[in-house]
Amino acid sequence: MSGREAILAKVRASLAGGHDPARRAAVEERIGNAPKGVIPARGQLKAGAKTELFAAQAAKVSANVRRVASRDEVPLAVSEYLRAKNLPASVRIGADKRMSAMPWATQKALEVKHGPSDGHDLVGVSHAFGGIAETGTLVMTSGKDNPSTINFLPEHHIVVIDAKDVDGDMEAVLARVKRKFGKGEMPRTVNFITGPSRSGDIEQKIILGAHGPRALHIIIVGE
Amino acid sequence: MEITSPTFKQNARGALADTQLQKALGNVRSGFIDKRAKAVGDLPEFEQLRENGRAIKNHVLDHLDLYLEAYEKKVIEAGGKVHWCQTAADARGAILDICRMNNARVVTKGKSMITEEIGLNDFLEGQGIEPVETDLGEYIIQLRHEHPSHIIAPAVHLNKEQVEADFRRVHKDLPASRSLEEPEELLGEARNVLRSRYFQADVGITGANFLIAETGSSIIVTNEGNGDLTQILPKVHIVVASIEKIVPTLNDAAQILRLLARSATGQDMSVYTTVSTGPRRPTDVDGPEQYHVILLDNGRSAMLGTEFQEMLRCIRCGACMNHCPVYHSVGGHAYGWVYPGPMGAVLTPSLIGVDKGGHLPNASTFCGRCESVCPMKIPLPKMMRHWREREFERGLNPATQRYGLKFWAWFAKRPALYHAATAVAIPAMKLAAFGKDRFRWLPLAGGWTKHRDLPAPEARTFMQQWRDRDAVSKQRAAS
Repeated sequence: MSGREAILAKVRASLAGGHDPARRAAVEERIGNAPKGVIPARGQLKAGAKTELFAAQAAKVSANVRRVASRDEVPLAVSEYLRAKNLPASVRIGADKRMSAMPWATQKALEVKHGPSDGHDLVGVSHAFGGIAETGTLVMTSGKDNPSTINFLPEHHIVVIDAKDVDGDMEAVLARVKRKFGKGEMPRTVNFITGPSRSGDIEQKIILGAHGPRALHIIIVGE
Repeated sequence: MEITSPTFKQNARGALADTQLQKALGNVRSGFIDKRAKAVGDLPEFEQLRENGRAIKNHVLDHLDLYLEAYEKKVIEAGGKVHWCQTAADARGAILDICRMNNARVVTKGKSMITEEIGLNDFLEGQGIEPVETDLGEYIIQLRHEHPSHIIAPAVHLNKEQVEADFRRVHKDLPASRSLEEPEELLGEARNVLRSRYFQADVGITGANFLIAETGSSIIVTNEGNGDLTQILPKVHIVVASIEKIVPTLNDAAQILRLLARSATGQDMSVYTTVSTGPRRPTDVDGPEQYHVILLDNGRSAMLGTEFQEMLRCIRCGACMNHCPVYHSVGGHAYGWVYPGPMGAVLTPSLIGVDKGGHLPNASTFCGRCESVCPMKIPLPKMMRHWREREFERGLNPATQRYGLKFWAWFAKRPALYHAATAVAIPAMKLAAFGKDRFRWLPLAGGWTKHRDLPAPEARTFMQQWRDRDAVSKQRAAS
C-alpha cells in the first residue's frame, strides 16, 4: 500500500465516517461557495476613508506613505525618495505596463533597470495588485510584470498602488484575485506585505530590516 | 534529536538553577503578553473570529480524508507534487530523494517545526548535504547545535551576549574588532552572512501554516522575509507540512490569519504572508522550477476520533506557552522534545508515547490561562487531565503517588468518614497555626513545604459553612 492510501485509510478508520456521500457533498459545497465568515467592521468604509485607513495602518507598521494625484507624478516621487535617503539614482523595475507608461524620462539622472532582481539592487519598485485597509497590507502577485525577487532582495522597496485597488479586507482582495486568475487558480506567488521586514529573535526586541527590505515606501496614486 | 522528556523533573531543576536562562525567560513574560492583549482588545470581532476559526478546523478534521484528496488534486493541477509520508523516516527519505535528484549540496531552510519533528538537519548532514537555517533565531541555535526552545521564538532562551559570542566564534573571517553589542549589529551581520547562502542553495525548504484545498496552495507567515528568499531563489521548493494544516479555502485562511499573528506576537498581520501555488509559470522570470509538498502524518491520524482530536486545531501561535507559569519558570528545553509548553504537554505524549512524554501533562498548575488565550479554543487543561488518567491507568507514575491517590480516592468516596475526619482536623490545624495565616513547615510534608507555604484553614470546614449559609437563607425565606 502506498503512503497515500495508508494515510487516507487511517484517517477514514479514525473518523469512522466512511463513504457517506453527504460528507463529500459538504466538502464540495464548502470549497465551491467559499463562505466569507466574520469580516471586521474596521475596514468597511467609503472609498476615501478606506484609503486613509490603509495609509494610517501602513504607517503604524513603519512603512513610509506618500500620496500623489496621478501616475505621472510617480517618477518624481521615486527620485525624491532616493534623494531624501541619500541613495544612488538607480532602481529595479519589472515589466508592469502601468509603470512603463509613467514618464520616467523626466528624471534624467535616474537609471531604470528592468527584470528580476539578482540581489545587487539597492532599490526595487513594484506595482501592487491591491491593498487591505484593515491592516495596511500590500498585495503583490508574481509574474514578469512584478517579479517576486524585487519584493525581497532590495534594501528599499518602493510600491506603487492605485487608491482604487485598496479594499477593506483580505477577503475582498482574494475575490479580485479569483476574478483575475479564475476560481481555484492562482499565480505562483501572492505576497501579502505589512511593513518592512523585521525580527524579534534577539531578546524579543523588534528590529527593522531582517532578510527582506529594511524600508518600505508606499506611493498611493489618486484619491 | 534525543528525547529527554522522561527526565522532565531533572531538566526543570537544571533550568531553574540556570541564571542565563532565567534572565532570558524574563523576555517571554514581558515580550508577548501585553502586546497580545492590546492587539486582541483592538479587534472587537476577535471572539467571533475565534468561534469561526474553531468551527473551520472542526469541519476540516471531520472531513480530513476528502480535503486531503481535494488538496492533492489542485497541487498536481498547478504542476506540483505531493509526497505522502506516514512516518518521520518516510519524510526524511522523500526529501533526500528530491535533493539527490537535483544534486543538492546546500539546502536553505525557512522556519519549520515539522522539520524539527522529523530531525531533518542532522539527517541531511549525515548524507553530506548542508542545511542552512535562515530565520535569525533558528540560525543562532543551529550555530550552537541546539534545538528551538519556543515554537515561534526559537532562541528566546538566549541573551544577546551569548549570541555575540557565537557570532565571534563562527564568523571568523570578519574583523575581531567589530562591534556586536547591539541586537541591530547582530541582525545586520546575520543578514549579510546569509545573503550569499540563499544564492548557493539548490533546494529551499519551508514549512506551512496552511494548506489550501481550494487552490492547492501553501501559506507561510513570517516577519523576516527569509522564508520567501528560501523559496523563490533555489530551483526547488519543498514544503514540509503535517496533514492537519489543511483549510478548505483562502477565505478560511483569511479568518484564521486574523487570529494567528495577534495571538503570537500581537501584530495585526505578520509582515509577510505568502501564498505559494506550484512551481513558476512558463512566463515567470523568477521563482522555483519544482514544487514538492511533503505531507506528514506521523501519528496525527491516530489522534482523530479520540479525546485528543481537538489538539489538531492548533495553529502553532505559541500563546499557550507565552502565558504559562510553568514555561515562564523552566523554558522550552526542559520539556525535552520539539513542542514545549501546554500545547507540547498535550501533543508530545500523542506523538512519542505517554511512556516517554507522560511527565509533561503533569507540568501544569491547571490555572487555565493557556485555554483562555488559545485562539482555537483548545481545551488544553482537560486534555492534560486525560493524559494523567492514562498515565495512571497504565501504572506509569511512581508507587508513592499511586498509593497516595488510591488512599485519597478511598477516603473521598466515604463522605461520612471524610466529614468526621475534616471536622476534627480543620480546627486542629487552625489551632496549630497559632494565629498565623500560613504554615511554613508541616510534619511529613517537608518536601512540599520546602518550596511553598500551606495556607492555614479557616476554623470551620467548607461543608459546615455551607450548612450554616443554607440555614440562614431558609430562615429568610420562611420569615
